[in-house]
Amino acid sequence: MASESSVQSTAAETPRTKEDDPSVWRIALRNRSVLWGGILLSAIALVAIVGPFLTLDPVALNPINRLKPPGDAGLFGTDQLGRDLFSRVVNGARVSLIVGIAVATIAISIGLFLGLIAGYVRLMDALIMRVMDGLMSIPAILLAIAMISLSGATLTTVVTAIVIPEIPRVVRLVRAVVLTVREEPYVEAAISVGTKVPLIMVRHVLPNTIAPLIVQATYICGSAMLTEAILGFLGAGIPPEIPSWGNIMSEGRTFFQLTPWIIFFPGICLAVTVLAVNTVGDGLRDTLDPRIARTLR
Amino acid sequence: MLFYIFKRILMTIPVMLVVALFVFLMLRLSPGDPAAVIAGDFATAEDVAKIREKLGLSEPIFIQFTKWIGALLQGDLGTSIFSNKPVTELIAQRIEPTVLLALTTIAFSVFVAVPLGTVAAFRAGSWIDRMVMLFSVAGFSVPVFVLGYILIYVFSLNLGLLPVQGYRSPFEHGLGPFLLHITLPTVTLSVIFIALIARMTRASVIEVLEEDYIRTARAKGQSEFKVLMRHALRNAAVPIVTVIGIGIALLIGGVVVTESVYNIPGLGRLVLDAVLARDYPIIQGLILFFSFIYILLNLLIDLTYTVLDPRIRY
Repeated sequence: MASESSVQSTAAETPRTKEDDPSVWRIALRNRSVLWGGILLSAIALVAIVGPFLTLDPVALNPINRLKPPGDAGLFGTDQLGRDLFSRVVNGARVSLIVGIAVATIAISIGLFLGLIAGYVRLMDALIMRVMDGLMSIPAILLAIAMISLSGATLTTVVTAIVIPEIPRVVRLVRAVVLTVREEPYVEAAISVGTKVPLIMVRHVLPNTIAPLIVQATYICGSAMLTEAILGFLGAGIPPEIPSWGNIMSEGRTFFQLTPWIIFFPGICLAVTVLAVNTVGDGLRDTLDPRIARTLR
Repeated sequence: MLFYIFKRILMTIPVMLVVALFVFLMLRLSPGDPAAVIAGDFATAEDVAKIREKLGLSEPIFIQFTKWIGALLQGDLGTSIFSNKPVTELIAQRIEPTVLLALTTIAFSVFVAVPLGTVAAFRAGSWIDRMVMLFSVAGFSVPVFVLGYILIYVFSLNLGLLPVQGYRSPFEHGLGPFLLHITLPTVTLSVIFIALIARMTRASVIEVLEEDYIRTARAKGQSEFKVLMRHALRNAAVPIVTVIGIGIALLIGGVVVTESVYNIPGLGRLVLDAVLARDYPIIQGLILFFSFIYILLNLLIDLTYTVLDPRIRY
């Protein structure tokens, strides 16, 4: 089940790159951050998709072999129940990527919708933006913890709980783009020849949001993976029977002085994955969105 | 000016109202029966009914809201289900370590990040600049708790320089033990904050360095140090201070994790204990508390703009 959804989401990436102007992507790949981050990320994605079929059962117990150091039993050793740490970390990559991609996709979709409305419908603007201001001032991790403790920990609630605090940033971004674009002469021209508002949105406003949204999506993906791990680590995340990086590290806490690698291996994998995502994001920002690049360089 | 301050204070009211409404609705609109989730898997129907009564869920929603917001306006953040103590009292008991950790973190981060960002901007493109940028990307990628455990592993377990975990109040045990225990948590929590502030400082100083008055200052023969300190940094201050304010949201999330790693009995631990005990009123009260603090701090920061940049007049 998990494998299907991750395959689908990576498959969904490919047609999008083809629909857009291909030259833009060639320019983006010329950026070193995008290239190297992309290669690293593809490698991690490959491990996440294929790895679980090749490794040992990540939940198979083997109490005689518990807390073995790396090399003694399996590449990364075993945890306190004798489960193979390497298989667990490989499976954790899949959970992390699923959460990251799901959160980014959902948050961008909802944020885009609300942002377009806020930017174009004066009446809704104040209402939507005040709600977003309010949402933004609630600390994301606390909000997620509260939502999860109310509706029980499942993959769906965890993703929902991480999505909600990410929405305001997307709404603000989209709204800002809409407000600048609607002053452009080509939009005024479209209005003057009587083009209907929905068509103006789709034909003139939407294309302008794509570049900043792709950049934003990578940052959301990275921060979602971190938040998921933090929630798992705090014991408020995905159900403990699923081997996510956060859950592995949470279980490793008890034996930290004895077997610190149970925290270090998934921790380093998580850091490297998020680093790859953020590097791609920084590179894309520089190439796709020169306006922001100029101020943040 | 006074009118602006008044207006800005008034503007926080709808935001606070949205936060309150959201927190209120979260309990009422969450899928499933929150009373049953809070009561746990082994609860009897009676327990669930008791909790529903305690949360005030059996009344019509409009009456619930008026009662709840009325209590909130009087400073009542609710009552713990299990200990029956008011949430405000529990917060008062646990607030000291959290506030002190937040203060040491902000102080340390600003102390490290502003010079780093300034030097990086001044020598843009050099190896120092690249190191600072690399650090700031890495700082955003390493999870707070992994960093915490790496620091414990290196400085406490291997080198034996600092205590592994725990907290000593400076008011009871004196400044020495406090500093020893707060060092690792502060460094842990600071990394992401330093990354954020250094990045913004660099961007902001680079922009200011291109201004005409910098060229004028240099043409007058003023030393580079004075150009940086008196002309560049001062004019770059507004975005830096803004990002510190935005970063406070990040800090609050990080405090929960850091307190958990280092076993510090602060507000973060209060949240986690409440999650384990399914004591929802405490979680709700703390969300309100932290959100209001965030809103008030950002209000204060907005108001300091007039001091930082005399050109801003409302």
